[in-house]
Amino acid sequence: MKEITYTITDPQGMHARPAGLFVKEAANFACNVTIAKDGKEVDAKRILGVMSLGVKQGQEITLKCDGENEDEAIASLEAFLKENL
Amino acid sequence: MELQGKSVFGGIAIGKLSIYNKGENVVKRTKIDDVEAEVKRFEGAKETAKAQLKGLYEKAMKEVGEANAQIFDVHQMMLDDLDYIESIENMIRSQGINAEFAVATTGDNFSEMFAAMDDDYMRARAADVKDISNRVVSVLQGAEEGGIDSSEPVILVADDLAPSETVQLDKSLVLSFVTRHGSTNSHTAILARTMNIPALIGIDYSDDVNGKFAIVDGYEGKLIIEPDEETLKVYEEKKRADEEKARLLLELRGKENVTLDGKKINLYANIGGVGDVADVLKNDAGGIGLFRSEFLYLGSNDFPTEEEQFKAYRTVAENMAGKKVIIRTLDLGADKQVDYFSLGNEENPALGYRAIRICLTQPEIFKTQLRAIFRASYYGNISIMYPMIISVDEVHEIKAIVAEVKKELDDAGIPYGNVEQGIMIETPAAVLMSEELGKEVDFFSIGTNDLTQYTLACDRQNPKLERFNDAHHPAVLKAIQMTIENGHKGGAWVGICGELGADTTLTETFLRMGVDELSVSPSRILAVREKIRTTDLSK
Repeated sequence: MKEITYTITDPQGMHARPAGLFVKEAANFACNVTIAKDGKEVDAKRILGVMSLGVKQGQEITLKCDGENEDEAIASLEAFLKENL
Repeated sequence: MELQGKSVFGGIAIGKLSIYNKGENVVKRTKIDDVEAEVKRFEGAKETAKAQLKGLYEKAMKEVGEANAQIFDVHQMMLDDLDYIESIENMIRSQGINAEFAVATTGDNFSEMFAAMDDDYMRARAADVKDISNRVVSVLQGAEEGGIDSSEPVILVADDLAPSETVQLDKSLVLSFVTRHGSTNSHTAILARTMNIPALIGIDYSDDVNGKFAIVDGYEGKLIIEPDEETLKVYEEKKRADEEKARLLLELRGKENVTLDGKKINLYANIGGVGDVADVLKNDAGGIGLFRSEFLYLGSNDFPTEEEQFKAYRTVAENMAGKKVIIRTLDLGADKQVDYFSLGNEENPALGYRAIRICLTQPEIFKTQLRAIFRASYYGNISIMYPMIISVDEVHEIKAIVAEVKKELDDAGIPYGNVEQGIMIETPAAVLMSEELGKEVDFFSIGTNDLTQYTLACDRQNPKLERFNDAHHPAVLKAIQMTIENGHKGGAWVGICGELGADTTLTETFLRMGVDELSVSPSRILAVREKIRTTDLSK
């Protein structure tokens, strides 16, 4: 299992549009992908769950990838976060 | 009747109110025997709904751009969300209920979850989940979509409008959006901005308003239902002025201030503070012809420090990005008084201790301002003008003080730019001495308000004198002509920054006199530009 933490810098937080794009990105990988904030963990491939975290600017999330191609998945998703959020 | 709400986009709309027809969507709970067939029915409806959303995405792309159309892409993803789908299918299978009821209930549950979040943006997403669920239910029921029950353009009134509802609307039928709920960053608000029509939220209307005549005031956030004739007249005039402005903007932005026969002049804006710069740029002024520095003194409890002034001047110069910014030095006195600096009681304040007279009597106040202006001049294209001049001696005195300020800056190694210096021509004495004054300075700016008052000996604060205080008086026009001619003789360019500069009935007269610059309030720039561009001086 691979794990990273990331702090959201987008002033609007993890709002619908980037959350949607992030979910699409996560869906490209076969491994399990989850994100967590303040101990609440959700499936990163489900948009309603991701949005329900209500992640705002300055808040830290933990991203976990577990399974097939987890190295590639975590690198790619981390790059996505840095670029978009 | 008048209802107060909140404006999400300005403008005036006048027309009939029409309540949005949501379409019928009553969901009943029924028992189902073949649950797997019902699950299949749901899946089919979901795919149809997604196909509809794809169509809406493409329509919205054209209407409000990609960033705002994304919501329909997100909606499609929500319909594919496994939590959502599992919840619905699970309800159908375990409770043996119809798909409509399972979808509506699941939609409500998820929407409640968003509604309970502590973030405005996320709370607004509750409407999205409801919206996609309503769409699936409509497909399942074969129900018709909502719309506008009118063939003529109307003010559309609704409890709230979902993105999918607004994007489906026939936009040619909408004069304005008025909703009871909704937020300033809703899709409706974005659409209103793109369509450039007024929109209000938070208007608590009653259902009997349907079909009534009304006015939407998008500036004040008001809905006026069945206005009286007088109110209607006022708003019709406002609407006409808005339309005129919009037309001018469209036609004249970026165009030169040139007459039909090729005479070009500068058209600048008058401002009273840093906040006015946005208006200057929006209306496409070529520079700032009068930056009244009084706001720094009037809005303060003590003399503004050099640093405070420097910051304000620098900000304006930088925002104007190399375009000319003419700062008028302190013009207190007469009708402009401050508590911290008593000028004493005067019999005739308009003829009293004011403007440059204060600066030359108390040079420390003057020097602070000059230092701030010169320091700021390094960051843009700044000029200075001095108000209330009556003699060449005063100009000499000013020059001596400016030389001191420059030397101090040089000694301290503080950089400054090349600053043009001019004077306001607003006293008859300055007009009579204009030939001599023109040799001393780079430019003149004619302040027509005071020049009229002093030339005609008419107090402009006294309403009884209104009919005598005629800015079109031939004496005033002669004084302007004389100033322009003499200024040119001495090598100074000549502008007009008073109210007369914006008077389009005189634009041609001023052009014929040879004026080099007009400085008017930002909102008048384009009207004056239009006048210049339709004037032919060869005839």
